[in-house]
Amino acid sequence: MSGKLRVRVDQDKCQGHARCKSLAPELFDLDDFGNAHEVGDGTVPAGLEDKAWLAHSNCPEIAIDVTEE
Amino acid sequence: MSDSVNAMTEHPPVSDWVHDFDHTDPRWTENPFPIWDELRAECPVVHTKRFLGCYLPTTYQAVKEIAYDTEHFSSRRVVVRDMRPEITASAPPITSDPPEHKPAKQFLLPPFTPDAMKKLEPRVRAICNELIDEFIADGKCDAAARYTRHIPVRAIAHMLGIPEQDGDLFIKWIHEILELGIKDDDALMRAVREMTGYFAAQLEQRKQQPTDDLISTLMNARDKDGQPLSDNHVLGSLRLLLIAGIDTTWSALGSSLWHLAKTPADRQRLIAEPELMPTAIEELLRAYAPVTMAREVMKETVISGCPVKPGNMVLLSFPAANRDPAVFPDADKVLIDRKENRHAAFGLGIHRCVGSNLARMEMTVAIEEWLKRIPDFRLDPAGRVSWSEGTVRGPRQLPMLFGNAG
Ligand code: HEM
Ligand code: SF4
Repeated sequence: MSGKLRVRVDQDKCQGHARCKSLAPELFDLDDFGNAHEVGDGTVPAGLEDKAWLAHSNCPEIAIDVTEE
Repeated sequence: MSDSVNAMTEHPPVSDWVHDFDHTDPRWTENPFPIWDELRAECPVVHTKRFLGCYLPTTYQAVKEIAYDTEHFSSRRVVVRDMRPEITASAPPITSDPPEHKPAKQFLLPPFTPDAMKKLEPRVRAICNELIDEFIADGKCDAAARYTRHIPVRAIAHMLGIPEQDGDLFIKWIHEILELGIKDDDALMRAVREMTGYFAAQLEQRKQQPTDDLISTLMNARDKDGQPLSDNHVLGSLRLLLIAGIDTTWSALGSSLWHLAKTPADRQRLIAEPELMPTAIEELLRAYAPVTMAREVMKETVISGCPVKPGNMVLLSFPAANRDPAVFPDADKVLIDRKENRHAAFGLGIHRCVGSNLARMEMTVAIEEWLKRIPDFRLDPAGRVSWSEGTVRGPRQLPMLFGNAG
């Protein structure tokens, strides 16, 4: 089976639609201007993989990378 | 009276949509979706000679390319109109291009974060219930006139710190600017002047007596050099928040209730499975995205293989992008549990809607409260649903019957 997932928000692409935060609050946080960054180092805890992909496929700016380690 | 060149112009009816489209044609107003499908099948970017020359991107890809390309496409004009009068009243950041855009937007963002919206939510819930109290006993209502229209106005008035009853004034100005203004420059200028006068008085009051509302927050904001914003800048931003925040949300809310009124299966499912509310709201935003923006072509370029020339405007149709079957399977169906939904209702790129978190919260709360109190409702067959013309599309009359009434 596959390894751990990691999420990363590309700050140049993120425009603060906040879709990631509403779909996966465990994985994303917003700054005072509403732009997103990953929580901690972006490692996706077991069980939250679906949420990581969901955030990725709902970000209108395609600003969220999901990688498998 | 002098005979004005700005008098309302009648547009001839459209016979060839591909070469002569017109977004103010009654057929577009009534039901634009088949028109967009026809145009999209023909070409990703179509052109009309109306409006002194205007393009319409019809695919998600073409809309996105234009929204991201601030070099060739300027936001200095954001409405496609019959005339192109000299640019007098700008409204940063919506009319700004880089590099001015970012600093103008930055200080508007903190008051509209999801956390800030959570604090406002109880007031919006109360507003919805106050409105429902006024008509529920009648067993029917025009939901556009009595419900969806008032929610965004009262919510923004509450945030700004002005009397919620002044909302009726806002509604009048916005109608004059967004609807009459497409064809009547005098109506537009008059409304802008009245609005500016109203808010200038609000600024003066706060200079005497500071408050802790959104108007004061903007008055206290500092630019990157630590300087306060000029009164003119604050007034422009306040005008923008009203123009951008009211008809848009009114429309999105109205279309959502219209859909639920004529689709009992979705209504019943949403009541039985309230956890579907977030995907349902996103799907209603996708399918009935109310806002079509505009750009002005500054330099010649190519979009999705189509040449685009300066001197023309662009009708930047996020709603048409949202109906593109290349990006959304079953694009013409409303699927309230749609999982993957990168819809562009709030724009794409740097001009992402400042009020998107507010609008989402208002829609969620307004539909939740309506469904709680009026779980069973339908369109009144004796009435007529009418849709707004132009840049912001939504129901302006929405007659409904509740329960077994009628
Ligand atoms: C469902 C409701 C709404 C929809 C569909 C909507 C849609 C949009 C869209 C598509 C844009 C992008 C404009 C462009 O690309 O040129 C935009 C920008 C904007 N919206 Fe909204 N909007 C809504 C509600 C609101 C509300 C409630 C507010 C504030 C009270 C607001 C304030 C703004 C502002 C200030 C901008 C300019 C942002 C910029 O230029 O960077 N909108 N909106
Ligand atoms: S959904 Fe995308 S654009 Fe929106 S805040 Fe998250 S990363 Fe940024």
